[in-house]
Amino acid sequence: MTAVARIYRWELAKLLAQKRTYLGLGAAAIVPVIFVVVLLLQTGGPNDVPLGRYIRDTGLAVPFVVLFFMSIWGFPLITALVAGDIVAAEHHNGTLKTILTRSRERGEVFAGKVLAAATYTMIIVFAMGLVGVVAGSIAWGFHPLTSLSGTKVSAGHGLALLLASLAIYTLPLAGIAAFGLLLSTVTQNSAASVVGALMWALLMQLLGVLPGTESFRPYLLGTQFEAWHGFLRVPADWAPVVRAVWVCALYILLPLSAAYLVFLRRDVAGE
Amino acid sequence: MSGALPVETRGLIKRYGRIVAVDGVDLVVEPGDVYGYLGPNGAGKTTSLRMLLGLIRPTAGSARLFGRDPLVQGAKALDGVAGFVEGPRFYSYLSGRSNLQMLADYDEPDSRARIEEVLEVVELRDRAKDRVGGYSHGMRQRLGIAAALLRSPRLLLLDEPTTGLDPAGMRDMRELVRRLAEEKITIMLSSHLLYEVEELCNRVAIIRKGRIVYQGALRELMAATTTSYVIRAGDLERARTVCLTQTGVENVAVEDGVVRFSADEESVAALSVALGQARIGITALTPERASLEELFLGLTGGESSDHDRAAVAS
Repeated sequence: MTAVARIYRWELAKLLAQKRTYLGLGAAAIVPVIFVVVLLLQTGGPNDVPLGRYIRDTGLAVPFVVLFFMSIWGFPLITALVAGDIVAAEHHNGTLKTILTRSRERGEVFAGKVLAAATYTMIIVFAMGLVGVVAGSIAWGFHPLTSLSGTKVSAGHGLALLLASLAIYTLPLAGIAAFGLLLSTVTQNSAASVVGALMWALLMQLLGVLPGTESFRPYLLGTQFEAWHGFLRVPADWAPVVRAVWVCALYILLPLSAAYLVFLRRDVAGE
Repeated sequence: MSGALPVETRGLIKRYGRIVAVDGVDLVVEPGDVYGYLGPNGAGKTTSLRMLLGLIRPTAGSARLFGRDPLVQGAKALDGVAGFVEGPRFYSYLSGRSNLQMLADYDEPDSRARIEEVLEVVELRDRAKDRVGGYSHGMRQRLGIAAALLRSPRLLLLDEPTTGLDPAGMRDMRELVRRLAEEKITIMLSSHLLYEVEELCNRVAIIRKGRIVYQGALRELMAATTTSYVIRAGDLERARTVCLTQTGVENVAVEDGVVRFSADEESVAALSVALGQARIGITALTPERASLEELFLGLTGGESSDHDRAAVAS
């Protein structure tokens, strides 16, 4: 195992030993269940959101609808909870100096933390998807899905589309995680970083709904949460997907590079 | 890098805004030294050690460990070096052993094999499976030493290793430091306790307000310094008379049933001979601890805190 892989494994172990990880994961998993239960108890539905009209047709539609609702602050908050804490907590506890006085370069330690935060971000999205499909299927069965173009796709194909959608949805979330990690490195304050990353996500959403922002709206981070719509068209519309990939790459790499440079040079002193 | 000094700093400076925490420090620690870095709280000891360990960047000057600069060579400069600043910190939600396993994985792959051995050295094997969150301060300090020993260091940097320990814990820690020194590990330890440094170290640097005010062998410093002594004798008056006739013996006074005087070591030796020749039986001839404090205060400008004074007197 390489040095970074060993560090990565311990970063995951540290996340697994912390309450906030389970809080985030639990929230991601419970939201689709609450959604299904509420829809079972009442007759109305989220008819004005993508696939909302078909939510009682198949369990496959549930995660897509939840993706929409959680993109505003749910997922950004859950992501920021861990990403904003991952450097700041170690600074606060004084353990950063403990691991930085061993044989690993700061860059390797940083890489381990980035990989752990990315893993967590991916897991919360896919956990929501999995729980959503299972809960929805228990309620309404695992049936073919109506695409955004109005045509039916088979349940198996629908599941593949869901996985692709979850994957592309992870990218803007990783952008928020990267920003949280930057704040965590710079401020060395967990609470400030979590709140700051959430504010960043809300600002991106806000800019997207203000009048007069149409010209740069496609390049806002918040817009990329809708990139998965492209997969749900028949035939697939790749334009939003491709744009999400490069736009998110910028939103991820710029803060990460800044965080990396700060982490390499930062004085690790006491409180 | 054989032959390079374990520690060598040149003109080391650390400034925080207008505050100069470390102001042009030159330190040389030679192989085999147990080197005391002595100074009152806030003198710049921890900041110096942080720079040595590469945790903070010097504003100016250089710090080298076995000839390697952590600023330039990163973690490689810490090869053969281990230690802690401001007390060791661990993951409280992991067991002592897990913490060591983690740190071993941040070192070279073969350090895991040493975990049981170092736990044995610091006598923590029985509690290794418990969470560090439940450890006493002394156990954490010992785990800190264990974590450092995992790296098979040739140089140990320890920041106030006995601070906050109860008397038994302090004694154990000093015993441990002594044992490690016997194993040819070069040790640099900071302390604000003069008697501790006197007990453990062969060489010292004394720092005050970020500047080194003395560096060298502690014995030489003490031998060259006029120290105060007390004599207990059957016939105090005659003992006093002999004292008064000896060159180099000054401030002779009889008080509280003893003769008190100040002298350097050479004069004290001569005095003991003179007392014997005068057939004056003495029951004690002892240097006074307080004089050591005077030496310290003299060097550091008498700005030692009350806390230090109490600690030195204890």
